Amino acid sequence: MTSPIISIKNVTKKYPGVVAVDDVSFDIMPNEFFALLGPSGCGKTTLLRMIAGLETSGTGDIIVDGQNMEGVPANQRPVNMVFQSYAVFPHMSVRNNVAYGLKVTGIAPAEIKPRVEEALEMVQMGAMADRKPDQLSGGQRQRVALARALVKRPKVLLLDEPLSALDAKLREHMQLELARLQQVIGITFIIVTHDQDEALSMADRIAVMERGGVRQIAGPEELYEKPHSRFVADFIGKINLIDATVSGTSNAGVTCLAKGLGRVVVPHDGTASGSVSLAVRPEKLTLSDKAPSSASDISAKGVIRDVAYYGDVSNVFVTCADGLELAVNVQNDRAAAGLLENGREVYASWHPSDTLILEE
Amino acid sequence: MENWKQNKTVFWVTALPGIVWLLLFFLIPLALIWGMSFGEKTSIIDIEITGTLDNYIRSFEAVYVKIIWKSIWISVISTAVCLAIAYPVAFGICFSPARWRPLLLLLVILPFWINLLIRTYALIAVFRTRGTLNFTLEWFWNLAFLDKLIGPFQPLELLYNNGAVIVGMVYVFMPFMVLPLYATIERLDRSYLEASLDLGASQWRTFFSVTVPLTLPGIVSGIILVFIPMLGMFLVPDLLGGTNAIMIGNVITDQFKAANDWPFGAALSFLLMYVTFAALALRAFIGARMKAGVGI
Amino acid sequence: MARRKSTRGPLDYGKSPWLILFGMVTFVLLYAPIAQLIAFSFNDSKRNIVWRGFTTKYYAKAWNDASLVEAFVNSMTIAVMCTVIATIIGTATALWLWRFRFPAKSAVEGVMVLPIVIPEICMGVAVLVLYSRVGNWMRGFETGPIHWWNELFSVWPLNLGAITAAHIAFSFPFVAVVVRSRLAGFNREFEEASKDLGASEWQTFWNVVLPFMMPGVIAGALLSFTLSLDDFVITFFTAGPETNTFPVKVYSLVRRGVSPDINAASTVLIVITLVATIIAMRMQAPSKIEG
Repeated sequence: MTSPIISIKNVTKKYPGVVAVDDVSFDIMPNEFFALLGPSGCGKTTLLRMIAGLETSGTGDIIVDGQNMEGVPANQRPVNMVFQSYAVFPHMSVRNNVAYGLKVTGIAPAEIKPRVEEALEMVQMGAMADRKPDQLSGGQRQRVALARALVKRPKVLLLDEPLSALDAKLREHMQLELARLQQVIGITFIIVTHDQDEALSMADRIAVMERGGVRQIAGPEELYEKPHSRFVADFIGKINLIDATVSGTSNAGVTCLAKGLGRVVVPHDGTASGSVSLAVRPEKLTLSDKAPSSASDISAKGVIRDVAYYGDVSNVFVTCADGLELAVNVQNDRAAAGLLENGREVYASWHPSDTLILEE
Repeated sequence: MENWKQNKTVFWVTALPGIVWLLLFFLIPLALIWGMSFGEKTSIIDIEITGTLDNYIRSFEAVYVKIIWKSIWISVISTAVCLAIAYPVAFGICFSPARWRPLLLLLVILPFWINLLIRTYALIAVFRTRGTLNFTLEWFWNLAFLDKLIGPFQPLELLYNNGAVIVGMVYVFMPFMVLPLYATIERLDRSYLEASLDLGASQWRTFFSVTVPLTLPGIVSGIILVFIPMLGMFLVPDLLGGTNAIMIGNVITDQFKAANDWPFGAALSFLLMYVTFAALALRAFIGARMKAGVGI
Repeated sequence: MARRKSTRGPLDYGKSPWLILFGMVTFVLLYAPIAQLIAFSFNDSKRNIVWRGFTTKYYAKAWNDASLVEAFVNSMTIAVMCTVIATIIGTATALWLWRFRFPAKSAVEGVMVLPIVIPEICMGVAVLVLYSRVGNWMRGFETGPIHWWNELFSVWPLNLGAITAAHIAFSFPFVAVVVRSRLAGFNREFEEASKDLGASEWQTFWNVVLPFMMPGVIAGALLSFTLSLDDFVITFFTAGPETNTFPVKVYSLVRRGVSPDINAASTVLIVITLVATIIAMRMQAPSKIEG
């Protein structure tokens, strides 16, 4: 079994009046592309900066490659960071920016030159080596920041919201680029992001954070399909959350009394009791103007309140009995044509196995 | 911003008061002494502008070159000391808790608003032979029984020398240096410093390789802001330097008061003006280079 | 590696004990001479070096010195006149430079800051030369048809007009700088919104622009007040025997040595300028946040 490259053990960081990071523990494996995902103020950046040594240490231990980082200043840690603003030194050329980290640690000039060239080639910036940062676009500046960090051959590369300053097209491109780089270099990347798409598309594993704590750590698919809590379910993609009360458990699953749906039976691995939420993704629902033929499906009769057209799909909002509001993703195919009108009476239905029971 | 032709009435109403006043009480007077610097005295009160360069040539006589040189080196040393004190102070204020910053900044620049004359006078009371500093030194002297061992304390002659002038200049102008430094350090993006540390540079290396180059515009502004008035300073050498530490400002004053040689005084003042213009041009040049990102 | 819990982040320079110590020593050195000056104005000793008890007799002495009081009144009068006019001119200049684009604007801006940057002594001698020229010229009218002009300007406070005009010349650019930096934070859409809602040019200025720039105007006014009150050099060159100002008077006293009545008079001036400055700073501070 490989040992983790980074171990976070009971790390807590308090600011006056707020707990930025609240007793967080997890391991990151070598060569992993790991994402810290959460809304702003959830403590993800603070945690990243604590790993980098840029934040005052709180309590708990941060262990990088078997070495405890307590008391190790930022300039002696085997990690490097790509800053949100890139922080490419404006008074140095691209080449000098990349060489800086080698120069200041006393690497011989003869070794610096080839390493800088190599790093610049890796991010396809070789041709721009003599430019100044203000002659570069945002995307190019980011490549310089990447090369500058990677040339140090860190054990872990830390990326703080690296794509947030780029426009949508470029962002998509850089997502692929980052994933490619990570595979080529084969070191651990830790990326901080508030953008779930970014995390889902790039990361091997994602830690979802909220109010200083880690809510769930899982791969992208598991996180989307099997969220553990209402927060994670709601934060990752869109989801319908339906209030329900558990009335019994049997082999077939958990029987609940759900708002607007009445009595439903949902397959569930564990036990559940009391007030829960039934969660179902909008794309699992189907709309029809007839009651569903399969009796096992969960279904609700309602009226279309609003249709938001997105080209390939439409988001349809259906008001059902008891004030239950359901969001449904409908493919804009021939079947949908003519159905999606405000005020029209429809049946929304889905398979019980697509339903999650969330207690938290 | 709108083109001035779009609203000529408002343009002239807002433009004229400043233009006229500046012309009457600043530019015309300056033109007058500039003209006078090329003039000759024809009698006690009459001056004729003859286009002569004699006044400038006279400025390069040994006795005046010595004074000009002294004015320059006293100002250079004083400016350097100001920078050495003001940079850490401005830096410390920028990195102090946000709610303290306005108060600390106010505390630094408040003395600057107190009358220059009064501040210089306050220094006399500290440094004179029977002043606070000598008095304190004597107290320590006696406390250490040095009066029994070596003899009674001999008060130090702290005033009326070049050192006193430098101390006075630094005391008087240091707050002024803090302002531009504070303004640039405050604007400095902290992530540059963090990036430098993250890349393995030590704190000192970060300071000299990143902080100083990126705050250079503030340093240059501060130096110019302080150096020019120091060069033309009249009060501080007059009160603290006595006859031993005459600077160019004292010579100019003399020409207009006691010596009554206005054309020569005018030439000396315009030498100061030329230095000022050169310094401003230098600042504009450095500013443009920084903006163009060519770097220094 | 030593395992110590550090409470300082790598950029927490504000917590560095050396920097704090350095700052504190600087502050003490900056204020000690002034504090001593103020303290000894209340000291019951002519020698002014050892504390001999509290007294206000030097304030009374200064108050009874007719020439000192006259100089003080002159200084205050000049400062008030200078403030009023410099604020108006400075504000107009700020509006002008803020609002309009015109040829050679950067050259004009350069000239406008000249009074701020050139050595004071250059301005002092320049104004001295101007007034001596004007004086020579005026003497030609002593018996002529406009001799009333000369008489008019020998009457208080118009005899202070020459000094005041010079003070205005170097303080209105400061006002312009302060007001303009305030205006830089003004969102021009407010102005456009006002005009869009039907307000005239003047109504827009009065109801929208002026209230916004008021803190800057007040700060600029107080600034010009202290600048005028503080000025020694320019007054030193332009003051006549009839028109002594406070700093010039203090200068003549200081040349004779340290004495407690100078301390008392200085303390009064310090208090006046500091109050004005603190109010000005207060006025200016919020503009940084809003802007």
